[in-house]
Amino acid sequence: MELLYSSCVGLLVACGVFLILRARTFPVVLGLTMLSYAVNLFLFASGRLTMNKAAVLGYSDGYADPLPQALVLTAIVIGFAMTAFVVILAIRGRADLGNDHVNGIEVNTATRNSGSQRKEQGKA
Amino acid sequence: MMQHLTSLPVLLPMLAAIFMLMPPCGKNLRARRIVSVGMGAITTVASIILLLMTREHGTSVYAIGNWSAPFGIVLIADPLSALLVTLTSFLGLVCGLYSCAGDDERGSFFHPLLHFLVLGVNGAFLTGDAFNLFVFFEVLLIASYSLLMHGGDKRNTRAALQYVILNLVGSSVFLIALGILYGTLGTLNMADMAQKVTLLQGDDVYLAKIGGLLLLVVFALKGALLPLHLWLPNTYSTAMPVVAALFAIMTKVGVYSMMRVYTLIFGEEAGELSHMAQNWLWWLAIATIVMGAIGVLASQDLRKMVANLVVVSVGTLVALVAVQTVQSSAAAIYYLVHSTLVSAALFLLADLIARQRGKVADRITAGRPVSQPLLLGGAFLVAAVAVIGMPPLSGFVGKVWILRSTLDTPYGNWFWLVYLVASLAILVSVSKAGSTVFWHQTGKGDNEQERAHPAQVCAVMLLVLCTPLMVIFAGPLSEYALLAAQELHDFTGLLQDVLGGVH
Repeated sequence: MELLYSSCVGLLVACGVFLILRARTFPVVLGLTMLSYAVNLFLFASGRLTMNKAAVLGYSDGYADPLPQALVLTAIVIGFAMTAFVVILAIRGRADLGNDHVNGIEVNTATRNSGSQRKEQGKA
Repeated sequence: MMQHLTSLPVLLPMLAAIFMLMPPCGKNLRARRIVSVGMGAITTVASIILLLMTREHGTSVYAIGNWSAPFGIVLIADPLSALLVTLTSFLGLVCGLYSCAGDDERGSFFHPLLHFLVLGVNGAFLTGDAFNLFVFFEVLLIASYSLLMHGGDKRNTRAALQYVILNLVGSSVFLIALGILYGTLGTLNMADMAQKVTLLQGDDVYLAKIGGLLLLVVFALKGALLPLHLWLPNTYSTAMPVVAALFAIMTKVGVYSMMRVYTLIFGEEAGELSHMAQNWLWWLAIATIVMGAIGVLASQDLRKMVANLVVVSVGTLVALVAVQTVQSSAAAIYYLVHSTLVSAALFLLADLIARQRGKVADRITAGRPVSQPLLLGGAFLVAAVAVIGMPPLSGFVGKVWILRSTLDTPYGNWFWLVYLVASLAILVSVSKAGSTVFWHQTGKGDNEQERAHPAQVCAVMLLVLCTPLMVIFAGPLSEYALLAAQELHDFTGLLQDVLGGVH
């Protein structure tokens, strides 16, 4: 279980970092979401992985650490709020800056050229 | 009542912000302004009372909901956090006052957001629980995101987008660090962590080290330490000046958290982990000063220059954190108060100058004269002398203290060299900026131009006058800074207070 769990977290982080480095707002938002999922799973594991144990005393033989569950709950709530904010900001950025690059500047001139060519072709 | 005083700097801004969203002042800007400034003043008074109380009776620990530590969350008001809370509340009051001149009309909810920001910063200074530190960080960050967008344009959107994404990544790293530390230490109460860290064995030591260094990354990001400082000049110079002035305290939250974590948890008694961040911090701090000084020299407008001055002050503070002696921490505390007030004053002054110079705005070139040269010029002179660190004002006291406390340290000679050269660079560029703006004039200023609103003048004067006051009352202030530094380094009393009989 440990191996599955940790590789799951690792994979999520890797995907998240990759998407954030894409530097386009939509992939970045997706990447941030994945990163926060990975972080939530990781926090959950910091209380040790146990099977069939309640977080309340007296309901099972042992008990699972309740604190990480509380922490994850808080982190999820905060993560949702922040993701919502960054989505709105990304939409506004798209409207204000005319493209979805986080620097607000189209770096790849090749795509712009091909785009304008396509437009010209469309006109023709 | 008195034992609840510790929670007031957190509760009052929250109540103020919520009240301002409610019907009586929901749409009414006038009522909102009155409530904002009034509640800001009340928060400041409460913080000052807290400050005086901690000076009289020492550290007070407030267990929220009477749940005792390490299971409950505690607020700790020791001399250092009480001082910083007072500073934040005062800054919030001044910025609220300044914005009454019309800045708060340029978007909705300026005043509630300002109070939420004060709530977050005060909470981060007061809390004694690492996870709660994260929560208060998020509170202050989300308020700062919205304030950054307040009355903004295109450049602003871009800077805000980068700032938000960077901080979200920072928050994830913060949570990972907390997860690792909780997994190895089994607690998130900072005092309890300080005790548990001495008992670590085997691989747990390395895990805790990873956690501690990840925390360093987060605090370096918030504090704008070298490799992670690039967001700051852009963000601060595109935000509205009154917001930027308010943000002057936010980099200090990162520095404060470094002070707390690396002297309390990973301090002297942490066995293998003691002083683990020190070597890193030294070089990063020195490099930050260099980059900040280059930025100051290269700035083309006043706001960018002040933003780079903030970077320099962060570098200085972090270098002092790395020294980790009582003297250096005391110097850092004095310098922290001074630099926050002065950079806030300079941001506001840059705004006033920009408004009165028409199209040239705050660019450092010849332009139309300002319409109130004596008032603005005088205030700018005082603030500039303070920020450079020239003799009569508080910057000089801070500078001498900083240099003395770093004299015998391992990298002290490097620090002296870099710091003094950086001061020279700041002297050159700030005096050039001042003389260009006030003396190189083209065309005539006409007296019909916009003159500064009384609220703005009042706010700027409040900030500028703090500098001479910090020199006149240098005696009691430095005593208080020393007391705070001693409490910071000698925390056995704190452990007793927080944990009581629990072990």
